[in-house]
Amino acid sequence: MLLTITTTHPRGTELSYLLHKHPDRFQSFVLSFGQAHVFYPEVSDARTTAALLLDVDPVGMVRGRNHGRHDSGPLGQYVNDRPYVASSFLSVAISQVLGTALAGRCKDRPELAEQPLPLTARLEVLPVRAGERLVHRIFEPLGYVVETTRRPLDDQFPQWGESPYFSVSITGTKTLSELLTHLYVLIPVFDNQKHYFVGDDELEKLLAKGAGWLAAHPEKDPITRRYLKHRSGLFRQALARLAEEDRAEADDEAGDADAMEARPEEALERAISLNEQRYQAVLTALKTSGASSVIDLGCGEGKLLRELLKDRQFERIVGMDVATGVLEIAQKRLKLERLPDHQSTRIKLLHGSLIYRDQRLSGFDAATVVEVIEHLDPPRLAAFERVVFEFARPETVVLTTPNQEYNVMWETLPAGRFRHSDHRFEWTRQQFQNWAWRVAYEHRYRVRFVSIGPVDEAVGSPTQMGVFERLKAEE
Amino acid sequence: MQITIPKLSLVVLIGPSGSGKSSFARKHFLPTEVLSSDDCRGLISDDPNDQTVTAEAFEVLNFIAAKRLQRGRMTVVDATNVQPEARAPLVHLAREYHCLPVAIVLNLPESVCRERNRDRDDRSFGSHVVRRQRSLLRRSLKGLKREGFRHVFVLNHPDQVDAAVIERVPLWNDRTDDHGPFDIIGDVHGCCDELEELLERLGYEPSTVDDDSLWGRFCYRHPEGRKAVFVGDLVDRGPRNLDVLRIVHDMARNGSGLCVPGNHDMKLLRKLNGRNVQINHGLAETLAEIDALPDETRDRFCETLKEFLDGLVSHYVLDDGKLVVAHAGLKEELQGRGSGVVRQFALYGETTGETDEYGLPVRGNWAADYRGSAMVVYGHTPIPHPDWLNRTVNIDTGCVFGGKLTALRYPESEFVCVPAKRTYCVPARPFLTDEQAGPLSAQQSHDDLLDAEDILGKRIISTRLRRDITIREENATAALEVISRFAANPKWLVHLPPTMSPCETSQQPGLLEHPAEAFSYYRNQGVPQVVCEEKHMGSRAVVVICRDAESARQRFGITSDESGIVYTRTGRRFFNDVQWEAELLDRLRSAMTACGFWDEFQTSWACLDCELMPWSAKAQELLRSQYAAVGAAASGSLPPAIAALARAAERLQGDNRAKTTAVLDRMGNRDRNRERFVAAYRQYCWPVESLNDLKIAPFHLLATERQVHTDRSHVWHMETLAKICREDAEILLATAYRVIDVTDSASLRDGIDWWTTLTENGGEGMVVKPADWIVHGKKGLVQPAVKCRGKEYLRIIYGPDYDSAENLIRLRNRGLGRKRSLALRQFALGIEALERFVRREPLRRVHQCVFGVLALESEPVDPRL
Repeated sequence: MLLTITTTHPRGTELSYLLHKHPDRFQSFVLSFGQAHVFYPEVSDARTTAALLLDVDPVGMVRGRNHGRHDSGPLGQYVNDRPYVASSFLSVAISQVLGTALAGRCKDRPELAEQPLPLTARLEVLPVRAGERLVHRIFEPLGYVVETTRRPLDDQFPQWGESPYFSVSITGTKTLSELLTHLYVLIPVFDNQKHYFVGDDELEKLLAKGAGWLAAHPEKDPITRRYLKHRSGLFRQALARLAEEDRAEADDEAGDADAMEARPEEALERAISLNEQRYQAVLTALKTSGASSVIDLGCGEGKLLRELLKDRQFERIVGMDVATGVLEIAQKRLKLERLPDHQSTRIKLLHGSLIYRDQRLSGFDAATVVEVIEHLDPPRLAAFERVVFEFARPETVVLTTPNQEYNVMWETLPAGRFRHSDHRFEWTRQQFQNWAWRVAYEHRYRVRFVSIGPVDEAVGSPTQMGVFERLKAEE
Repeated sequence: MQITIPKLSLVVLIGPSGSGKSSFARKHFLPTEVLSSDDCRGLISDDPNDQTVTAEAFEVLNFIAAKRLQRGRMTVVDATNVQPEARAPLVHLAREYHCLPVAIVLNLPESVCRERNRDRDDRSFGSHVVRRQRSLLRRSLKGLKREGFRHVFVLNHPDQVDAAVIERVPLWNDRTDDHGPFDIIGDVHGCCDELEELLERLGYEPSTVDDDSLWGRFCYRHPEGRKAVFVGDLVDRGPRNLDVLRIVHDMARNGSGLCVPGNHDMKLLRKLNGRNVQINHGLAETLAEIDALPDETRDRFCETLKEFLDGLVSHYVLDDGKLVVAHAGLKEELQGRGSGVVRQFALYGETTGETDEYGLPVRGNWAADYRGSAMVVYGHTPIPHPDWLNRTVNIDTGCVFGGKLTALRYPESEFVCVPAKRTYCVPARPFLTDEQAGPLSAQQSHDDLLDAEDILGKRIISTRLRRDITIREENATAALEVISRFAANPKWLVHLPPTMSPCETSQQPGLLEHPAEAFSYYRNQGVPQVVCEEKHMGSRAVVVICRDAESARQRFGITSDESGIVYTRTGRRFFNDVQWEAELLDRLRSAMTACGFWDEFQTSWACLDCELMPWSAKAQELLRSQYAAVGAAASGSLPPAIAALARAAERLQGDNRAKTTAVLDRMGNRDRNRERFVAAYRQYCWPVESLNDLKIAPFHLLATERQVHTDRSHVWHMETLAKICREDAEILLATAYRVIDVTDSASLRDGIDWWTTLTENGGEGMVVKPADWIVHGKKGLVQPAVKCRGKEYLRIIYGPDYDSAENLIRLRNRGLGRKRSLALRQFALGIEALERFVRREPLRRVHQCVFGVLALESEPVDPRL
């Protein structure tokens, strides 16, 4: 990875004073992840370029970490872009190799450090999965002229699309310290990979470096949000190894600045606060049913469970999901460990599947299946129907699923695309109702339908809900 | 005194303190068989005489007793047990686990007890205690039988106690030592013509026995010593009830047959015993035949018939417990037990108490929940065809109602049927019409939905190849998520392939893997000959292919009109586009048909282990986001760095220049490695626009009907599959292979040269397998295959620069232990899944193995191996 800093200031050679690196020397530094070299490819009165070259040790990077454990994160791979791209490694190198310049100190010529110079920094490869607009949005408010060139992915396979890498130059009249500070903080922001902290205090260091300019930056929220803690539980790791094929999908990151990219469904629906309306509709159906025990099948992070907990009508609440990762989140969000006894005895979380018969699902007054069935492969729906309606057999089943007809109302959603990449199908109102009627008939339920969200005359509401009620023996 | 007790009983010792119960128990029973209340007190309070913990001590005692009885272990309760309220829970416990409560009473004189207590310093209670206990005991003696004890033995004198001998006898239903082979025959109901024909078809020959005017003069015997086992309901409704009784009676008497009672037989017995029974459901026919007997023999006949019927045992457990025969079937927890409940169940099955539209009892579906390991053969309810469900089978095919008389040959599991000569009786509920029966067998319908209980939690799976394989709970949890979200219909998933370990790490310069290590691995395992197969670089695909949709329905219970599937090593459908999958299967099917495969193997389906190419067909996302991305990043990064270094080198002098050139060289090398890396992955990618752009290379013919082909050599697999591939060379790719003698150096060189040529031409490498698929070496199962990957290919695995000296030295430090252990466990499970499927076991048994392979896949193992 190469970072060059060029100045066209007439006294360009002064750059070397600021950097504290002699222009006629080739200096190497040993860092925890490899080596850094500092040298000057060109030195003249018209133009001086200093280069910071990182030689990341790709094998040490993998083997040095978590010895004996195999991390599935980006740093656990030998085939890895880290040695070639500008990442947090570069920030670390800037602070360790160019620390004095970063701090804005210049022992010999203190006045020089204060003086803005015409500077250009060039990052040969900057990973920006969010696209080049982000580069502009982040550097331009700081007063830089930004130039970006996207790198091709593989010219033999144009059908694979474009690479997420850009050659980026930023030019502005800045003090060297300012330029280096901006690079130091912002390089990891572009990188969508999990942030690699060299030390535990790295986050604080980064924020300290942002002092004075970050607070006023229009993109300060995404900048700060993008430092994500790396979460990993035992199950998550196991799962990550299994779901290799789905890495792209599994890697969606909560709270990302580019939510449109990662969680399209939420982003689409957030605009009309559909989620809240959906939970309200489900709650209303449950309240009317008189249910006192409820099982939420596919409870996810437990948003509905939280609503149910607030209402004393529901004496026994169970959330079940097939994804252990989200159950861990639900566990935290619901603060289950810290609930008082009279509350914690009301609620329980279960790991289970909707396509296996499961005795633990029996004995509830009501079951909710909110935005779940569209995640099942259509051939597996038959199993789901029997699990819920034949064996669990609660008096009431409240089930919601997207109304595919409504998708045309979202301009950002390309025609024919589902709202979420894991949706296996999205039904029209007719399709849903036909399915629901058949299921109700076969398992002796009656069903009524409720529209959730704004109702359009032609395409209906974004979400459709079926409320199934079990028929009594005499009916 | 001889004390004869059933092998499985709950023995309750009764006697006051000091009567010698513990000594008696020690003398006659294993220490683990005896549960003493004093011991339980001690367990809880450290003081065996602490009376304040009595209630808790009995809770512990009852808990352990229950666990033992559940497992069918003899259990002795050593406590005073002098009060009826102390004994009642024990009798209840014995009933709950369907074993016999036995009372052994030590009714010794008070003086003896007192004296013994005096000798013990931990028994400081007054003499009134023993007196009171004795008086309670005396009052109990008469009522013990009424309390429910089936056997009561009272020992009144120390000499009697000393002389007592305990004999344990098996229950009558315990015929585990009888290994047959058996021919189990369904409900006969007086259809003697059909029975005679059936016996003859089964190979039984009538032979003359001592003339007996009451019974027959002939007895059927099998020349090979097979035994007929009748599931009962010999009589009623049919035309020759007494003849049937004669045949069965004689076979039972002569040891060529066994019989369990049916409800009709028992009703006849009640009638013969003079009880008031309703003469319906065909009993009249039997009684009429009895009435028609000559007056001089009728009474004697009835007497012996009564004796015969009365002697019938509710059910039999045969052949080391592998076979259970009962008239109406038997749940696992009742097998080999003796109680009224057991007898009731064996005769009538499980009834819900409701009646159906024909007024017949609605039966509980015990077979659907059956999880036992014993095969249960039963009758009682007429059905059109014998139908397996969870290792149980009903063989009452309603002969008397115009169906057929069916026998099950055991252990062959073959049915032999004789159609009814006519309809002797019209059934209340029509059963021959198939209107209720769907397109699937009972087992297949049942298998539409698997139960989470059968897969979740920690579990230990026994396989033929490797005894017990443990699936840990967290791995099962991970597998549940993956299988629920992505896997295809479990009915298709009859196998998942194992992972494969690389050969040991090579120490040759510039190499991480080399065939020499693979060859020496097998040589050290005592395998003289190996087969080297070209390793294709694509995606693993398991193909299950049926001759047509009808075969898929019959054999796999698939009703969606599919006639095969291609799935990945995690059980996920390979193709998102069903049309492509169908076309690919069509091509393969045509090739198989063209080379006469279906007839050659007498099969309507096959399961093949394949590699599907190109790699980019399935792994495009991985290629895009990782491989091509790294290539792109490297080609963006290295050339500018080289250019900058070159410019600096021009400027700098002396030592600084030397340093610059050194780094420049290094970057130059990395840039060349970058090019090699890109070339390596590109090798395995090409655009797929039509089916013809795919290549499928089958390398194992895993299974066909009745056969798992692990007993065939790999050369056989290669040749068999090459025959199919020749029929459609456009998309089917026969795998190149070499046979290498690992003890011959010339042959070894050939193998190494072949590998070198393959890998230099861009091949991934090769897979080395023992000539026989399954080999047991000194340390158990030998790796079924090890891979030996090429130098360039490994850049995709270990990174572009892996082969530089500084990197290799570190990469060589890799442990294969976990990977090899995983490979063997997954292999054993994968083969077990196929074997269970081929044996037509319930799907849950197949699924457990497949699920296990997937669960193990989530174990942390270096993914680069």
